[in-house]
Amino acid sequence: MGFTRRAAMIGAIAATTAILPNWAVAQSNFPTKPITLIVPAAAGGPTDTVARLIAESMTKTLGQTVIVENVGGAGGTIGMGRVAKSAPDGYTIAVWHIAHATAPALYENLKYNVVQDFDHLGRITDVPMTLVSKESLPTKNLKELLHWIRTDKEKVTYGHAGIGSAAHLCMLILMNDLRVQLKGISYRGTGPAMNDLLGGQFDIMCDQTTNTTNQIKDGKIKGYAVTTKTKVNSVPNLPPLNTELKGFEVSAWHAMWAPKGLPKDVSAKLVAALQAALKDPKVVERFASLGTEPVDPKQVTPDALRTHLSIEVQRWGDVIKRAGVKGN
Amino acid sequence: MDLVANLAQGFATAATPSNLLLCFVGCFIGTLVGVLPGVGPIATIAMLMPLTYKFDPTGAIIMLAGIYYGAQYGGSTTAILINVPGESSSVVTALDGHAMAKTGRAGAALGIAAIGSFAAGTVATVFIALLGVPMTKLALLFGPADYFALMVLGLALAVMLARGPVLKALIMIVVGVLLSTIGQDAETSDERLTLGIESLADGIDFAVLAMGVFGVAEIIRNLESVEKRDVLKAKIGKLLPTIAELRQSFWPIARGTGLGSILGILPGNGATLAPFASYTLEKKLADDPTRFGKGAIEGVAGPESANNAGAQTSFVPLLTLGIPPNAVMALLVGAMTIHGVIPGPQVMTKNSELFWGLIASMWVGNLMLLVINLPLIGLWVRLLKVPYRILFPSIILFCCIGIYSINNNPDDVLAIGAASIFGYVIIKLGFEPAPMLLGFVLGKLMEEKLRQALGISRGSFYVFLERPIALALLIGAVIIVFVAVLPMVRKRREEAFQE
Repeated sequence: MGFTRRAAMIGAIAATTAILPNWAVAQSNFPTKPITLIVPAAAGGPTDTVARLIAESMTKTLGQTVIVENVGGAGGTIGMGRVAKSAPDGYTIAVWHIAHATAPALYENLKYNVVQDFDHLGRITDVPMTLVSKESLPTKNLKELLHWIRTDKEKVTYGHAGIGSAAHLCMLILMNDLRVQLKGISYRGTGPAMNDLLGGQFDIMCDQTTNTTNQIKDGKIKGYAVTTKTKVNSVPNLPPLNTELKGFEVSAWHAMWAPKGLPKDVSAKLVAALQAALKDPKVVERFASLGTEPVDPKQVTPDALRTHLSIEVQRWGDVIKRAGVKGN
Repeated sequence: MDLVANLAQGFATAATPSNLLLCFVGCFIGTLVGVLPGVGPIATIAMLMPLTYKFDPTGAIIMLAGIYYGAQYGGSTTAILINVPGESSSVVTALDGHAMAKTGRAGAALGIAAIGSFAAGTVATVFIALLGVPMTKLALLFGPADYFALMVLGLALAVMLARGPVLKALIMIVVGVLLSTIGQDAETSDERLTLGIESLADGIDFAVLAMGVFGVAEIIRNLESVEKRDVLKAKIGKLLPTIAELRQSFWPIARGTGLGSILGILPGNGATLAPFASYTLEKKLADDPTRFGKGAIEGVAGPESANNAGAQTSFVPLLTLGIPPNAVMALLVGAMTIHGVIPGPQVMTKNSELFWGLIASMWVGNLMLLVINLPLIGLWVRLLKVPYRILFPSIILFCCIGIYSINNNPDDVLAIGAASIFGYVIIKLGFEPAPMLLGFVLGKLMEEKLRQALGISRGSFYVFLERPIALALLIGAVIIVFVAVLPMVRKRREEAFQE
């Protein structure tokens, strides 16, 4: 019968994937089944784009599919919480960013320790951010925009990808420097937030170039400045924010984590695959067209990431405490 | 012209060998589950979704969509042959379709159902293509307040369209919305209503709820009744309707297609209303209404076309606004998200290949369904003879394997058990689970949009009155609820569902 044969086939496939994990760890011929890569933000956002490119390349290197699963919400703590709870067998990994460093300051009752409960695999990118606004805003340049924000501070609304997201942190520093409090609107990721910025539902957003470059070029939103110390190649006519606000510097970085306690060989294989991905011409090329680039290869190691993370946890902890922001 | 170029791109995408194969597989599985009682497209799509991880997004969505509209075809086969509508949308088809079958015209009924569906599918494909671009532009005018109002309207419609008492439908929707609030708060990550149970922290899995309530609970209910399926003994007869029958069916097909296309776009599962509306309309327009229920071919042609057109145009709100109009579309949201496509206005610009490829594949799929259904009718008839005692354990087994393979989490299998008991209880109490699932699906989105709208307005509820779109939609919702509870309409509505 058509039904039973087809169904048996589906069953067989499902059963195979169900039985394999136990052998996998013991025999260390990792990986023997698909790997889940958790992205703690909505699909279509910048982190998601970066993660999917890496996943594609790692799939080639590891010979098993790396499936991206989006677990958004609560500034990424829902997704990272799930990773921390997962079995440290290498079949659950995560790509997340700067928000991982800010979570302890923002979420008092965080159920995991961002440094100690994870194996740090390596940093991936250092992404410049851009300050953008809806197309209908009359301000023409950075100076005018900042002036408008200062004078009309009661009216300004900004979108962000959840408390503690890079988009939110960037605005925190901006508000801190301008001595204003603006109204933030929380989205599941900057992808959905971009939809509403395109529709002019809120005024401004600070978002990674990965998400804004094309929209700025198409004239659908206005770009004002980049958040790095120097200009960025993909948006050459935007000045750095520090030309107006001294010392302003934010960049969103991405990195890869796994639950604490991976077997050494598994960890090594994952790190090697990540390093290979960052040298993959296809990844480099796509990164470039998205306005980002892989970090210095020396940064793509567990130790470098651990150090970097500890420094960022300290830095953002101070900023957030000063701003008096809380996630819950 | 843009439309032609877009459709050409779509057909080029849909016609690649792998996409053709996936489309065929989807339509085939869809027909299969449409024919089988107890498994609908919801449970099937939820089960097969993990298998599509390895495909590219376009292929995956093409296959899953094929299951959905394929099931509409399969459902009518059982409705006509054994008076058991395999899908709720085929309830109306059973009336005159089975009557035709009893008088030896099963072939003609099956034939006209397929022809009508194909015609409707063709028109609906063009309709979606025409509507896609303007709808996407419209979507940019929609702010969070408008989305919220649109979803309220959708839920109000779902109340009106649900079978049974209005109050019960309303309760089900509220239960669905409440269930969606379980889990961590998306802004603050505080746990809500989890009763301290760790596996509830991530919220209730939609697939679990859908499979439990629609798959397993339905099976338990089927097992209650003694197995008695009067598989047609009489001959099926010629599949091709006569010229006279075709002429009789032409306008019903055209009207059904129009009705279905428009109703399908409505949020809140307007597509389910389409066959009922078409049947009522045809009966009204008929010279001799008494023929209906006794084998009138218009009573098959109209509703079948309406049904298929509605099934297809219900993709419009999903692809352009990002709002799933029914439970199947909600699953497709999940599938698209897994593949990195965010349903909404950006699908058309960012994933134009997927958008137009999917639309074109629907037409291709309809063509395939003609082939799958008409010449292979014998296969489906034989399938109907498989005893239920063999069918149902396999269905349950595959549900369990399917859900386990999604997250490799044994808790999910237990959760299906809990969901099915819950589903069985509510079915026994006379509640319909479909509105609950829609409430569950829209609940999360509604909360998000409500909070965004109030954030932008700085806490002022006037935002819902000041924005013309939101206001119009909310007024529409109020009118619909009001109309649904009017005694007169309520009586009519009950009569309509009883027919």
